[in-house]
Amino acid sequence: MTALRNAPPRYALVVLVVLFFAGLPTVVTSFQSLEWAGVLIFAIAIMGLNVLVGYNGQISLGHGAFMALGAYTTAILVHRYQLNYLVTIPIAGLLTGLVGFFLGIPALRLSPLYLALATFALAVVTPSLIKRPEGLTNGVQGIQLLPPDPPPLLSDVFSLVNGGQPMTSEQWLYYLSFAIALLLFWVAWNLIRHRPGRALRAIRDGEVAAAAFGVNVAGYKTLAFGLSAFYAGVAGSLYGLATGFVSPDTFPVSLSFQLLVGAVIGGLASIAGPLVGGIFTYWLPIVSSQFVSDQTWIPSQISAVFVNAGPAVTYGALLILIMIFAPNGVVGLILSGYRRLRDRLRGAGERGTGQMPPDHQTI
Amino acid sequence: MQDFLQQVVSGIATGGIFASLALALVLIYNAMGLVNFAQGEMAMLATFTALSLIQRGVDYWIALPVTLVLAFVGGVVIQRVVIRPVERAPVLTLVIVTLGLATLINGLAGFLFGYVPRSFPSPFSVQTVSILGAFASYQDLGVIVVSAIVLVLMYVLLQRTPIGLAMRAAAHQPEASRLLGIRVSWMLALGWGLASAVGAVSGIMAAPALLLEPNMMQTVIIYAFAAAVLGGIESPLGAVLGGLIVGVTVNLAGAYVPGVGGDLQLAVAFAIIIAVLVLKPNGLMGRGSVRRA
Repeated sequence: MTALRNAPPRYALVVLVVLFFAGLPTVVTSFQSLEWAGVLIFAIAIMGLNVLVGYNGQISLGHGAFMALGAYTTAILVHRYQLNYLVTIPIAGLLTGLVGFFLGIPALRLSPLYLALATFALAVVTPSLIKRPEGLTNGVQGIQLLPPDPPPLLSDVFSLVNGGQPMTSEQWLYYLSFAIALLLFWVAWNLIRHRPGRALRAIRDGEVAAAAFGVNVAGYKTLAFGLSAFYAGVAGSLYGLATGFVSPDTFPVSLSFQLLVGAVIGGLASIAGPLVGGIFTYWLPIVSSQFVSDQTWIPSQISAVFVNAGPAVTYGALLILIMIFAPNGVVGLILSGYRRLRDRLRGAGERGTGQMPPDHQTI
Repeated sequence: MQDFLQQVVSGIATGGIFASLALALVLIYNAMGLVNFAQGEMAMLATFTALSLIQRGVDYWIALPVTLVLAFVGGVVIQRVVIRPVERAPVLTLVIVTLGLATLINGLAGFLFGYVPRSFPSPFSVQTVSILGAFASYQDLGVIVVSAIVLVLMYVLLQRTPIGLAMRAAAHQPEASRLLGIRVSWMLALGWGLASAVGAVSGIMAAPALLLEPNMMQTVIIYAFAAAVLGGIESPLGAVLGGLIVGVTVNLAGAYVPGVGGDLQLAVAFAIIIAVLVLKPNGLMGRGSVRRA
């Protein structure tokens, strides 16, 4: 009991968030569950990007390409080889992780700027690269995936909670994404707190110094790339299953860009950031265009244009404003606000308690 | 052979477009060690400006310089408002800001002008003329001439005028330049303005063939990246050379390499970027080391 009482307040927050997401499908409709699955899938991919960009200081503008690889791995294995979709998720993750790991080797030689350039180019060519091997990827047509049925046992348990309604495949996809997100967030959190995380951050903050302390710089940098790609691959696999359809146009440059926006807005180098970023990047286009088309005083021609252009304008403006005024993102803003409030409540005397300073990032 | 020559000529024409945009990238890289991901979108917006002028009845040859002046002013304003607050931030921050700028401009253009591709007038006819047995269109030749004029003008400005000297000094030795009374921050703004104007030329030259819409420059910028990287990112001459090589290579690969075709030309540019970065990161004409320890 004392252990519980002494736990930092953030543990309570984590429990609340987990409970919220676990109970969500019993409150919202089946279709909305699928939308929230999209949020969690984005959060997984953004977490992967966060490991690379936030904790290791390498940049990638091409994570949409990794998601595409993961999605197509699942789609091809399920569609052509009739593999169970559950088996394909780890395969997609591992394959993408492996590819990411090997891409990380040339990336070692590149300055951050060139890395940004190369990965951006990768994101741009991805759709045309997918279209080519038509026998495998079905070209522009894409590959359709049937919505998976929930396992009977889970469905029965769910119907007990949900007033006798059996679990739909949308809800099952949500819970699948939720379970995987939970697992991967836990893995990332553990990794970051321990030796590998310290090594990653040390490299980010000073490569030479890290090397002098015996950190295997090349090893950890490629590892970060591989791990980051693994997350994106798993997210891509789930993305394909959730949308039920993968095609080259599912993975435009703007997807890679959306992931980066999510990572930055949520807050780089934070564990909660990717979740905030996932919620934000998923809902912003939907909510903003809905909001505008609901305003009857705006002429319909203008609101129709806004549906197309609005998200880009908002993303772009927000990205610039956040970089200038709040480089630690939403989570950083909340944390610094919380600390200021706490310090004021406790009185100025308790400042400087000899605690480690917060994990300031060097972006 | 005749067909080959024709491919080369039209490759040089597209290469001129890539070279202008690559030169814009190099100008900003030299001023502040940053690749401007928004360069293509800035050029696209300038091209829309030119189109608006022409549609209001302004003559093409008046609209062109007016647009370039507006693009210059726009570049300076962007540097002052958006880039200056993060001038000293790490590269990652700067890259993210220019990406934000790219998206913002792309969305704004969509908002103002819509996403329907529009035809863009060209002062050059599509008739062909025979040179050395190859047929080249006046359009291609015109693009080559205009690009060449811009590149020469830039060269003269940077290498032969006091203001060019001040700009180069501010880029290479900011502290010493400041001591000598050069307003370094304004030199950066000037660099952004010039880059914006040079980029605008590439947009206006590309628009007749590509049709103008907000995403027009998204592929051109990749070719320009390839050109700048191939030329060694800090060398203006390298950018021009790189642009021409990329233009010709991509054109020839599309025509002759089996399996490439029109849709994988972009992949050729990507391959060039990766190959240069891995094998010869300084490019053809770059000097300094790529990695900062």
